[in-house]
Amino acid sequence: MSASFEPIIGRYMHLDLFGRAHRVYVEEAGSGTPLLCLHTAGADGRQYRGLMNDPRVTRRHRVIAFDMPWHGKSSPPSGWHDEEYQLTSVQYMTMILAVIDALDLDRPILIGCSIGGRIALHLALEHPESFRAIIGLQAGAHVDPYYDLNFLHRPDVHGGEVAAAIVSGLVGPDAPEAEKWETLWYYAQSGPGVFKGDLYFYKIDGDIRARIAEIDTKRCPLFLLSGEYDYSCTPEETLAVARSIPGSEATIMKGLGHFPMSENPGEFLKHLLPVLEKIGGQGS
Amino acid sequence: MIEALRERVNGDTGLVRRGRYLSTTFLLEIGNTAWLIAIHEGRLMSVTKGPFVMPSWSFALRTSDEEWDKFSARRPPPGSNDLMALIKRRVLKAEGDLQIFMANLRYFKDALAKLRTRDGASA
Repeated sequence: MSASFEPIIGRYMHLDLFGRAHRVYVEEAGSGTPLLCLHTAGADGRQYRGLMNDPRVTRRHRVIAFDMPWHGKSSPPSGWHDEEYQLTSVQYMTMILAVIDALDLDRPILIGCSIGGRIALHLALEHPESFRAIIGLQAGAHVDPYYDLNFLHRPDVHGGEVAAAIVSGLVGPDAPEAEKWETLWYYAQSGPGVFKGDLYFYKIDGDIRARIAEIDTKRCPLFLLSGEYDYSCTPEETLAVARSIPGSEATIMKGLGHFPMSENPGEFLKHLLPVLEKIGGQGS
Repeated sequence: MIEALRERVNGDTGLVRRGRYLSTTFLLEIGNTAWLIAIHEGRLMSVTKGPFVMPSWSFALRTSDEEWDKFSARRPPPGSNDLMALIKRRVLKAEGDLQIFMANLRYFKDALAKLRTRDGASA
């Protein structure tokens, strides 16, 4: 049996975030227009393996995904053992802009899913000039909590098992089994309290309903792609966002769920490639 | 039929293994009918149909006939494909000692999904 390698290269980057030293894992593949990818809550950059391994994306794009601090192969900052992790909108935006700066990316295309889709809306509002275009996957303006988040981090419930079990139904019915369970494994690997800390942003701090209509797509094009089977950010919620932002383009992806790029990369790319084509054609 | 659950769960060795630290009795209520489902170390010991005079259970899941039919379809529609989807839409109520439910969430999801049939409705 012969071994083979994927074209993805990973490195550890040291940078200061929020006045503290961080060790952040960054993966990339391809060359061309930078395409910065934001993973979902309680997961990591491996969710974008499908994009990084597809020449139709990488021949014109430098695809980059970093694991947020506390996630994947990125460490929490020194002192983590005495803290409760809670992601805020301000921290999240600061982190993304710092990574863009550190990697010297020139107005990347931003693609973010779930919490990444939500912060993409925040960035479309606050920093449109920093991006060539923004693609929000499963991007809603707000999600009401629908279960007691404390179950995600307590000693009598296994954090990894419960995180994977909670999100399992968010995977669409057409996802190949291997990709579905690969996606759920990332959730099962999440550190104690990390998924819960991300959901602080998703369900409490990151509510952007009041300001969503102020997003100006003339300053930065906005595309919204959402899976039909997502009950966390429903198609209706994505369409509501699209209706309140003139010039935004929304697509509901049949059969897909909350993790389109990871649960079913083949189907997802059918929707993403035309969007990338369109962004490329705008020549901005 | 909900009663078929016992055989279907106990016939799945992987599911029984995942439930090996789970022993409890929970109540499943669909419309006006309820069942008490007793589990011992991952195996279903009994599925008992109500009505009950003084039922004891650790937690209860309550939904309507209409919602359960949609959940039980071979390919449920969006919003009906998962217990958490029903909870999100407020059409399934989970109550009682939910630590047992959440600590074994995959077990309960997989067990109840076994009531899905090829041609749609379950009962």
